[in-house]
Amino acid sequence: MDYVIQQVLNALSFGAEYALIALGLAIVFSIMGLVNFAHGEVIAFGGYSMIVVATLLTGNPWVLMIMVLAACVLIATVLERVAFRTVRGADLTTGLLTAFGVSIILQNLFLLLGSPRPMAATQFIFLDKTLTIGAIRVSSLQIYETVATVVAIIILLTFLRRTTLGIAMRAAALDFEMVRLCGIRANRVIAGAFAMSGLLAGLACIFIMARRGSVSPHMGFDPVLTAFVACVIGGFGSLPGAVLGGFLLGICEVAVQVLLPQSYGGLAQAVVFALVALILIWRPDGILSPAQEKGDKI
Amino acid sequence: MLQIESLKVFHGLIEAVHGIDIKISKGQCVCLLGPNGAGKTSTLSSITGTARATGSVRLDGNDIMALSIEERCKRGIAISPEGRRIFSNLSIQDNMIMGGAIRRDKTRLAQEIEEWISHFPVLGERRNQPAGTLSGGEQQMLAIVRALLSKPRILLLDEPSLGLAPQITARVFEIIRDLKKQEMTILLVEQNVAAAMEVSDYVYVLNNGAISSHGDVGKFGDGSDLMDELMGVHR
Repeated sequence: MDYVIQQVLNALSFGAEYALIALGLAIVFSIMGLVNFAHGEVIAFGGYSMIVVATLLTGNPWVLMIMVLAACVLIATVLERVAFRTVRGADLTTGLLTAFGVSIILQNLFLLLGSPRPMAATQFIFLDKTLTIGAIRVSSLQIYETVATVVAIIILLTFLRRTTLGIAMRAAALDFEMVRLCGIRANRVIAGAFAMSGLLAGLACIFIMARRGSVSPHMGFDPVLTAFVACVIGGFGSLPGAVLGGFLLGICEVAVQVLLPQSYGGLAQAVVFALVALILIWRPDGILSPAQEKGDKI
Repeated sequence: MLQIESLKVFHGLIEAVHGIDIKISKGQCVCLLGPNGAGKTSTLSSITGTARATGSVRLDGNDIMALSIEERCKRGIAISPEGRRIFSNLSIQDNMIMGGAIRRDKTRLAQEIEEWISHFPVLGERRNQPAGTLSGGEQQMLAIVRALLSKPRILLLDEPSLGLAPQITARVFEIIRDLKKQEMTILLVEQNVAAAMEVSDYVYVLNNGAISSHGDVGKFGDGSDLMDELMGVHR
C-alpha cells in the first residue's frame, strides 16, 4: 500500500512539473500562435540568476525564490519585447524559428558567461527531505511540487476568469483583432501572457533546482520538450489540455517504470511515446483541443 | 462628427475603395448601401483602423488615421462587425465585460450590463453560458450591446441583419430606432435597402469602391429604384 502511495505521489509530482511548463507554453501559444521553445532557457535563466544573487547578495532561500520568480518574469517579458514582438503576425514558422534562435543565443550566453559544466546551486535542496507519515516515507519536495502546482493553476484560472485582462486573454485566443476593437491594447495582453508564462517557468525552475542542485546551459531543453508533448496530447492551445497532458504524461511515465519488468527498463520512454501515439491516433488534435469554428451561425 | 475625405482602402496590393468622401453629423444615422464587394466593410475597417488606408478620417476635427485600433476605440468609435464576431468561448457576461473593458466607472458598467440584460432577458437567462450557444439573432444583439457598452460617440454597424430571419431583423432595426431616439450617431452598412432606409437620415450608395450617389433619404423615394440599381435589375 505505501508503495502505491509513494508511486502515486511520484506520478503527481512529475505530472505537476510537466503541467507547469506546458501551461507556460500553452498560454503563449493560445494567444499568439507561437511555440516558444525558448521557454526552457527562461527556466535556465532563473537558475543562473539564482547563482548570481546567491554569490553577490544573499543565500537566503526564500529571498532567492522570489528572485528566481522575478528573473523569469523579467526575461520572458524582455524576450517578448526584443524578439517576439517583431515577428508578431508573421507566419507560424517564423515565430518557431525565432524561438529556436533565441534559445540558441541564450544557451551560448550561458556557456560563455557561466560554464559549460553544471554549476552548483544548492540553496533549494532543503525542500527535498524524506518525510515519514505513519508507515509511508515520501519526499517532501513531491508534496510541495504537487500542492504548489495545484495552487498556481487555481490562481491562474481565477485570474483568467475574474479580471478584465484575464478575460481579454481568453478572448484573444479566439479573435485577437476583436479584442483590440474593444480598446484593449494588444501589447498589454501579449506581455501579460509572457509574464505569466515566465512566472510559471520560475515556479518550475525552483522545483528543478531543488531536485538537481545545479544549473547547466541545456537544463531547460528536456523539460520543455516533454512539456511540448504534454501540450500536444492535451490539445495545443488549450490550457486545461496542457494541465491534463502534463499530469497524464507524468502518470504514464511512472506507471510504465513501475509496471515494466526491470530488464525492459530501457524501453520505458519507447512505451510512453507509443501510448502518446495511440492517444493521437484516437484524437489527432489532442484530447481537449479547442472547438473548431464551424462557420457562421445563422 | 465624423468626416472622411478622399479615403482609399487597400487589401494587400488591391485598392478596394478609390477615394470617397463621407460626412456624418452628430445624432445622425447615415446608411452606406451597396452590392457585395462594393467596399462597404473596407470603409468601416479604415475607420476602426483594421485596414490599410490613405486619405483622412477626422473625428471631431482630429485626424485619427495615425492612431492604433485600440486608441480609436478609446476616442469613441465602436463597431458591431460583419459576422458579429462575438467571443463564442466566453460567457455572455464576459462578452459584455469585454465591451466595457475601456471603462473606468466599473460600478456604472455593472449597472448598465444589468439594464441591458433586463432589456434582453434571453441574454440574462444564459449569462454564464458560452456566447456561442446563442442563436444568430441573439448573437447580433450581443454584438451591438458589446459595442454600446464602451459608451461610443459613434456606432458602426456592419450588416446587422445578415443571415437573420425577417422577424429578428425587424427586432434589430427596432434597436437601431431606439438608439436613434437617444441621439446615438450611427453609420449603418446594409444590403437590406428598405429596412435601412426606414431608419436612416442620409444615404450613400457605394459601387465598385466609389460613391455613385448620395443624398437625404427622401431623395431616394421608397428605395425601390435604388434596390433595382444595386441588384442590377434594368426595367
